Amino acid sequence: MSTEPVPAGTVLAGGVPAGAGPAMLTLNNVEVIYDDVILVLRGLSLQVPEGKIVALLGSNGAGKSTTLKAVSGLLPSEHGEVTDGSITFAGQDITRMDAAERVKQGMSLCMEGRHVFEHLTIAENLVAGAYTQKAGASSAEVLDEVYTFFPKLADMRNRVAGYLSGGEQQMLAIGRALMARPKLLMLDEPSLGLAPLLVQEIFGYIQRLNAETGLTVLVIEQNARRALEVADHGYIMEQGRIVLEGPAAELRENPDVKEFYLGLGDEGSRKSYRDVKHYKRRKRWL
Amino acid sequence: MSTLVAVLAYGLADGAILALAALGFVLIYKATSVINFAQGEFLLVGAYMFYTAFVVMGLPLLAAVVVGVVVATIIGVLVERLILRPMIGESPISIIMVTIGLSSLLRAVVQMFYGTSPKSMPKILPTGSVNILGATVPLNRLLVILVAAVVLTAFTIFFRRSRHGIAMRAVADDQQAAMTMGISVRRIFAMAWALAGVSALIAGVLLADISAVDQNLAAFGLLVFPVVILGGLDSVPGTIVGGIIIGLLKQATASYWDPGLATVIPYVVLVLILLVKPYGLFGETRIERV
Ligand SMILES: Nc1ncnc2c1ncn2[C@@H]1O[C@H](COP(=O)(O)OP(=O)(O)OP(=O)(O)O)[C@@H](O)[C@H]1O
Ligand SMILES: [Mg+2]
Repeated sequence: MSTEPVPAGTVLAGGVPAGAGPAMLTLNNVEVIYDDVILVLRGLSLQVPEGKIVALLGSNGAGKSTTLKAVSGLLPSEHGEVTDGSITFAGQDITRMDAAERVKQGMSLCMEGRHVFEHLTIAENLVAGAYTQKAGASSAEVLDEVYTFFPKLADMRNRVAGYLSGGEQQMLAIGRALMARPKLLMLDEPSLGLAPLLVQEIFGYIQRLNAETGLTVLVIEQNARRALEVADHGYIMEQGRIVLEGPAAELRENPDVKEFYLGLGDEGSRKSYRDVKHYKRRKRWL
Repeated sequence: MSTLVAVLAYGLADGAILALAALGFVLIYKATSVINFAQGEFLLVGAYMFYTAFVVMGLPLLAAVVVGVVVATIIGVLVERLILRPMIGESPISIIMVTIGLSSLLRAVVQMFYGTSPKSMPKILPTGSVNILGATVPLNRLLVILVAAVVLTAFTIFFRRSRHGIAMRAVADDQQAAMTMGISVRRIFAMAWALAGVSALIAGVLLADISAVDQNLAAFGLLVFPVVILGGLDSVPGTIVGGIIIGLLKQATASYWDPGLATVIPYVVLVLILLVKPYGLFGETRIERV
């Protein structure tokens, strides 16, 4: 694959990434403006094929979180708006759909920074996650599944969420998102602030969910190395656009990606995060 | 001894009503961060609404209760919809001014329709008295305590167990995260105001039954402030404890010390608590974890 930066739109015009199934989620030239003036997404296009894990990578402020907020309908609460383009989920145009309705349609978002309900217990957090589900036998079943998947949560079900460790909170955030029985799970920096071993564990869960239940996943990461290891497909964004995309295996070998996101220079030596940041400021793709 | 029993009965009855009135205030504050200065008027409106259904329209007690609850819910939702929702994003001071305006408006509307003289309403609770440890205690006070205890327990179960109750607490904790669960924040706001209307209605009717249907109901409602400051602005258990403490303190001061002082003492507590423990006894402090 080419190492040259690819302007958004051209490479994507062909549709679904090669070798993938039908698209679960499609963003087509999406433009997002905050406060009527701050242009953050500038014609962003990407696709998440059904049953796959897709990673969305990019440096701070690229607009990754904004992308997920646009998909889940959270922009209005932040004075943001999709001003152009369209978002399609499971064959349905959801560009202007109400946030609650999108959850009902089968998408869940784990926000950046976990956002567990601090004063609620683990069990209550999970009940809140199932809000869109009709109460009854089926939601008890999902609760069982979540507890089976995260035995740690089951052991601590009556503990107040605000006092859990970061890793436990992340498990809870994922478990809570699963309570809505999503077809598409979106995770915004699940590894944020976690020790390497925990990052490993969390990504292990994501991979298992995908493998065992066929859950489609769209994950945002700063930790590009880990993300590209578990993902099938990767997108890299800069300043509100996709600048590079491809199968995860190819992106891992791409010299630019190596240099900027995996912290590896030409000589293969590991650069410090600070160095990488420094480079990033000097050289950008677009 | 008999004085003590009387103080307990009267104090707990007052406290129970205060707890119910304060519950609405705390619900609104917790879920929507609005400080509702019209909570006392909610009591007033609730009692007059019930009076209208029960006495003016002559409905049977149960039907009057249902009508009261329905109208209180509608008023709560309308207030949220028409007055508070357009204020979202405005400064807290503007919102406080709006609720103060609302309180004058509600009082004026009640005066317009019903005048200022007390209305006579047949007593709902039995008026007899019982003898407890040598003290004569009116039966209605004991029943007020019982009714309030049942209602407060029901509310507590609602918040702990039901899907909507948990969703309300989730919104109070983190609105944006709640939205990602498909919880409609607007609907929860409306629900908070509706429940506040209903709890104020119950408090207002109980209070009217042991006193009278008149404008003083709103003045009693003012005692909500010492109660919530004492219990903690955002704590449901705090309203119960705060209500009981203020109710008992008032009656004890009146019986053992000076009836005049009894009307002032709750506000003395208010000032002291603000000085010593500004979040109240049970107020939620932010959980900090790094
Ligand atoms: N509510 C908002 N109002 C105005 N501007 C915003 C808002 N939210 C985000 N922005 C701006 O949009 C840009 C992209 O923000 P976003 O949070 O999407 O980036 P990100 O890629 O998720 O970054 P990070 O890696 O730091 O999480 C930033 O420049 C940010 O300042
Ligand atoms: Mg982000």
